[in-house]
Amino acid sequence: MTGIKAITALLAATAITAGAAWAEPVEDTLTVNEEIEMTTWTEPSAAVEDALPEVISGWHFRGTETRAMQADDFDNPGMIFVEQAMDDWDTVEGEAGKSCASCHGDVADSMKGVRAVYPKWNEQAGEVRTLEMQVNACREDNMKAEPLKYTGGAMARMVALISSVSRGMPVNVATDGPVAETWEQGKELYYTRTGQLELSCANCHEDNYGRMIRADHLSQGQINGFPVYRLKNTKLNSVHARFKGCVRDTRAETYKPGSPEFVALELYVASRGNGLSVEGPSVRN
Amino acid sequence: MADNVRPRVKAPRKAEPGEAVTIKTLISHPMESGQRKDADGNTIPRSIIHRFTCEFNGEMVVDVTMEPAISTNPYFEFAAVVPEAGDFKFTWYDDDGSVYEETKSVAMA
Repeated sequence: MTGIKAITALLAATAITAGAAWAEPVEDTLTVNEEIEMTTWTEPSAAVEDALPEVISGWHFRGTETRAMQADDFDNPGMIFVEQAMDDWDTVEGEAGKSCASCHGDVADSMKGVRAVYPKWNEQAGEVRTLEMQVNACREDNMKAEPLKYTGGAMARMVALISSVSRGMPVNVATDGPVAETWEQGKELYYTRTGQLELSCANCHEDNYGRMIRADHLSQGQINGFPVYRLKNTKLNSVHARFKGCVRDTRAETYKPGSPEFVALELYVASRGNGLSVEGPSVRN
Repeated sequence: MADNVRPRVKAPRKAEPGEAVTIKTLISHPMESGQRKDADGNTIPRSIIHRFTCEFNGEMVVDVTMEPAISTNPYFEFAAVVPEAGDFKFTWYDDDGSVYEETKSVAMA
């Protein structure tokens, strides 16, 4: 088990270099339903190895009870929304008279592995697409139905359903080829200070993860667990809603959910978590 | 009438005679308290599950009176001694008169 040794070594190294931090991420392993073994602490991929010495899921930064909730689908409140999305999946909408199931059949088969590679390049459209964009493209082009609100409840639970069938698979978004330009833009945004507080994503989630910011335990801001069921608002939260909240907290005017800036940022942030397991829907506070 | 109401129960399929098993139940329900008002200032009528029971082979295990302060999707976890093989029957009673039922069989290990 070299993996565990590496983690122990990393922990020791962190303890020395970050002596002031007194709330290290918890060493623990996540197995969902006693079946799906999750990678929650791993080596960074080549594209981000200069930025992060280790890649840690937000799961390690949460309390014992919150971590336990995610380990069993019965206890994970996010799974209630997944069940609702299963009904949505089979519901015929739009002028074409189709449901998701009409083309894609069983979600567990057709959508397995999809979450892990998004955002990704869409050759036909000539753009980088998030999973939300793809869902809406499918609704508009194939179902002739109204698009869902980008960060709305119906969209969040559909993305949660699609994520849930990929749980345990490693996040593996492309950073090169046709997405390279967007990825660079996302990286730029990640390190750009915004708002009256003049904070970039990196100031908290790269420089200070593991430390406390008042009562909050700063994580690396990984998005492998999205959509996230948050105990504070008792619903699923999408990636762009979280980005918006974070940028707002720097006291800046934020980009809009679904905007090209947030799509680029999502691609870059997702790539920072390459190698972590897809966890969505995860449970956080 | 509450939408999307779905009862769920997690109970072991097998138990030793006399063993105390853990049972988890959850029902998706909005549990509208009757204390909130809508955008126009009208009271949103109360719509909650007001009673939950669990029986084992006809014998009452728990009988819970539920009040409006209980949050959305009420969750109960409790231990029950299983003296013999049989069926757990779970019943939720809605304000609107609906009754939701679920049954789980437990065999002797």
